[in-house]
Amino acid sequence: MQAFIQTIIDKHEAAPVRLLAILRDIQAEYQHISAATIEILATALKLPRTQIISVIEFYSFLHTTPTGKYDILLSDSITDRMLGKQNLMFYFASQLKLKIGELRSDGLVSLNNTSCTGMCDQGPAGIVNGYALTRLDRPRIDAIIKLIEQHTPVKQWPAEFFAVSDNIYQAGLLLQAPIKPGDALKAHFQRGAQNTLAEIDISGLRGRGGAGFKTAMKWRFCAAEPETERYVVCNADEGEPGTFKDRVILNSYAHQVFEGMTVCASIIGAEQGFLYLRGEYLHLYEKLQAILQERRESALLGNNILNQGINFDIEIRLGCGAYICGEESALIESLEGKRGIPRNRPPYPVSQGYLNKPTVVNNVETFLASTKIAVHGGQWFADVGTEQSQGTKILSISGDCAKPGIYEYAFGVTVAQVLNDCGAYDVLGIQVGGPSGTFIDIKESQRKLAFEDLATGGSFIIFNQSRNILDIVKNFTHFFAHESCGFCTPCRVGTSLLKKQLDKITEGHGSAGDIVALEELCQLVKNNSHCGLGQTAANPILSTLQRYPERYAEKLKDISYEPGFDLDASLETARHLANRDDAGAHLTQVEED
Amino acid sequence: MHKTITIDGQEVPFEAGQTIMDAAISADIYIPHLCHNPDYQPHGSCKLCTVKVNGRNCSACTFPAMEGQDIQNHSADLEQDRLRITQMLFVEGNHFCPSCEKTGNCQLQAVAYYLKMHDNHFPHFFANREMDASHPEILIDHNRCIFCNLCVRASQEKDNKNVFAISGRGINKRLIINSKSGQLKDSDIDINDCAAHICPTGAILIKGTGYQVPIGQRIYDQQKIDEVSLAEESKDHG
Amino acid sequence: MADKLKLATTSLAGCFGCHMSLLDIDERMLELAKHVEFDRSPITDIEHCNPCDIGLIEGGVCNSENVHVLREFRKNCKILVAVGACAINGGLPALRNHIPLEDCLNESYRDGIGIENAQIPSDPELPLLLDKVYPIHEIVKVDYYLPGCPPSGDVFWTFLSDIIAGREPSLPYELIHFD
Ligand SMILES: Cc1cc2nc3c(=O)[nH]c(=O)nc-3n(C[C@H](O)[C@H](O)[C@H](O)COP(=O)(O)O)c2cc1C
Ligand code: SF4
Ligand code: SF4
Ligand code: FES
Repeated sequence: MQAFIQTIIDKHEAAPVRLLAILRDIQAEYQHISAATIEILATALKLPRTQIISVIEFYSFLHTTPTGKYDILLSDSITDRMLGKQNLMFYFASQLKLKIGELRSDGLVSLNNTSCTGMCDQGPAGIVNGYALTRLDRPRIDAIIKLIEQHTPVKQWPAEFFAVSDNIYQAGLLLQAPIKPGDALKAHFQRGAQNTLAEIDISGLRGRGGAGFKTAMKWRFCAAEPETERYVVCNADEGEPGTFKDRVILNSYAHQVFEGMTVCASIIGAEQGFLYLRGEYLHLYEKLQAILQERRESALLGNNILNQGINFDIEIRLGCGAYICGEESALIESLEGKRGIPRNRPPYPVSQGYLNKPTVVNNVETFLASTKIAVHGGQWFADVGTEQSQGTKILSISGDCAKPGIYEYAFGVTVAQVLNDCGAYDVLGIQVGGPSGTFIDIKESQRKLAFEDLATGGSFIIFNQSRNILDIVKNFTHFFAHESCGFCTPCRVGTSLLKKQLDKITEGHGSAGDIVALEELCQLVKNNSHCGLGQTAANPILSTLQRYPERYAEKLKDISYEPGFDLDASLETARHLANRDDAGAHLTQVEED
Repeated sequence: MHKTITIDGQEVPFEAGQTIMDAAISADIYIPHLCHNPDYQPHGSCKLCTVKVNGRNCSACTFPAMEGQDIQNHSADLEQDRLRITQMLFVEGNHFCPSCEKTGNCQLQAVAYYLKMHDNHFPHFFANREMDASHPEILIDHNRCIFCNLCVRASQEKDNKNVFAISGRGINKRLIINSKSGQLKDSDIDINDCAAHICPTGAILIKGTGYQVPIGQRIYDQQKIDEVSLAEESKDHG
Repeated sequence: MADKLKLATTSLAGCFGCHMSLLDIDERMLELAKHVEFDRSPITDIEHCNPCDIGLIEGGVCNSENVHVLREFRKNCKILVAVGACAINGGLPALRNHIPLEDCLNESYRDGIGIENAQIPSDPELPLLLDKVYPIHEIVKVDYYLPGCPPSGDVFWTFLSDIIAGREPSLPYELIHFD
């Protein structure tokens, strides 16, 4: 074991910033990271053992106790659930004869839930030993179980189990007519760095990761920093449930993303870039590495790019299952091999980012757009869209529609138009921008997708009239409680309290005062949390409470108060031990007259 | 010429590099806080020090003071939110004050008194937390840890050690000890370390000292935390 | 004195310390008696609560009987008050909450040292234990809280004086204690 761990450490140059990669490799071999391994790592990396333990405990995909030789996770996104995930999960567990969340006693297999894996257009989805599974159904699960019981290595499983389609239904400025590798850099070098930056400015491009900060301004701030060691980071953490466009962009347009990063690097003067790729997209890793290698061989990356005397390279660092690592400062912490805890701001990443050096963090789509703009100029982009939201937006459409997949629209498109194009009928409402965004009712379908109306990072989940609002809200609220990093009190405790309070109401234990308490708690978490996660965690409740108060009200009992837990069930142990089942051994949930 | 900010209508001077909390303490203004201690790097996690800066909520202990900021500190809304945040800390851990040696000297409790907290408001988590009595002189009762991170910082910044760390994610967050066994007795903590004395609650206690001062005559039995805290913390600022 | 306030008190999973502390108002008890009349309480012989103005509850909820008594109080009292640490957060009895109930019962009735005739009682007359000790606000709606272990006589006096005078009750800093 020691020898194996040493090779892993050597492979990663014993660099503490590569701790996640080291842990991933060890976990892949031993299905967990043992206490003995932690000691070896602590010595070799010169890190306190507590830092290694705390990293393992932070990330969902790392474990201090063994998982199965076959570790299976099912995506618990609302879209997977709408495609029947829950039944599949129960079936899976019963066929494997194990409990969800546990390791089977023979150590062969473990099964658990995981947050949205970004396959909403081809779910129910899952992950086996890190690799994405799509389009799960009973026959496929039967086949998988057989492969597991026969100890067939995952590498030998049928390729179609791992097939991931792009499902691009509508292409616009960004997805049409890909440019040849190197064309953007050539145009950029010809024009000069400052002029390209001016074009990006003219384009009006705003960040596509959700917050919508002006890209040119971000790059300019970074370039103006006195510290000259600078970094470019591409945020491919794509953890917002219902979002999968970055996956498609990286699968089919990766050259242009890397080229955008290179353009940025030459403008801000960075020599090192990172692609922070969410662990769920491990299937893209080798392919992306090959593309980077190809670019190095074509002088588009590495030393003296296109003979312009510019050096820049890109390293891919994989995440390990943590939605919070999409938040840019948490992402930077994670890049440094630490827990993904959002930093205090100011200072912002543009002045103190990776290793406290000036760093630009942009979304995958933002870099793709930059490449296109570098070739076609800013006006080409600005001519499309609305006054405050120039250009196009790539949407990830999922849920109840005939053609879930990728759609690119000019900003300003109405929700109605989108619904029409993807074949959505009998619609109840749409979650725009994912759980952290807004739930809108079909009555609002004339609203526009744009920063000035409905801002979105691209998630667009459609629900038809057969869906239950409260099930949706519950799934999202549980998601946030699971993903809270735990740094600040209002979000750490508040998201768990929101979950309890919402469950109390949806399970029928609520009374009028509970809605008041729920709303109060929503505001508290929203207004006092440290970062965007906590600040938006109450959005699913707030936006539906505003639109569908009756859905909540019909769950309430006309009493002053009811316990939030099952009173009679809390007597179960005592009943069992005392061997009683008489009337006095039971309690009603509320006082009966 | 000093630059100034305004806190609850009062002009407060500040120097470059100061946070809102620093400026407030220098001006003898109390902003409730738990994870902050002027002797250590600000952390910004408890959120008790949330103030409104030009209408926007910010953590006073980490947010830089900047010319012209109009800051609300003691508004009814902010105090209400602080009360609720304190109650969150009470239901998250297991704080049975009558059985805690720190009672009367505990900052969590004192802040609760200051905010006129009578109850815990929320449903209790009754979390399963452990006690580490392994060390001959120092006791850790994880039931009372509020994750202020002060012991972690004290050990790193003052003691030049690394005895404590925060681990876990979300509501499963936990304090861990840097020793092979995970127990305090096998760590390199020393009774004279700052980290052994910094805990604002009864999570880290020095054994055999708990009842030297009788209950009822302790720090916050006599004085409110705003006075105590300003008296202690503004002395460092001269 | 037709419009005396009616006051009921009880102890659930508590130690009666809060009741003792109520008696600590000493000679003010006479003044109190001018304004309130005790209904169900350990200091009267009334077994069931009649409609009352104020109900003081000491102790948390640890068994099925506590639930019934608490409900009886909630139903009959206009103002329900959680008195003391145990009513407010479960208090010392709630220290058992991190030990599985099965272990608690086995230790007390079966495996503990010096136990004769070891068995867990199975008598319909006995209330069954809940899996945890709960604060009373998690079972019924509570109107006011008097912190302390126990709250001092002054706390009771201040609170009751406010209620008697028709004021919104409020405790000064010196009277807020959790110990
Ligand atoms: C909880 C949280 C999760 C986020 N996840 C992502 C993400 O997966 N991808 C992304 O590009 N931005 C994400 N962001 C936004 C980033 O913090 C940051 O604003 C963005 O990467 C900047 O790039 P842009 O300007 O190109 O949009 C997230 C923010 C928060 C608060
Ligand atoms: S808001 Fe939530 S995710 Fe953000 S820092 Fe606080 S606990 Fe972490
Ligand atoms: S043990 Fe004390 S000092 Fe350390 S984090 Fe917990 S509450 Fe803070
Ligand atoms: S004191 Fe500022 S966040 Fe804790």
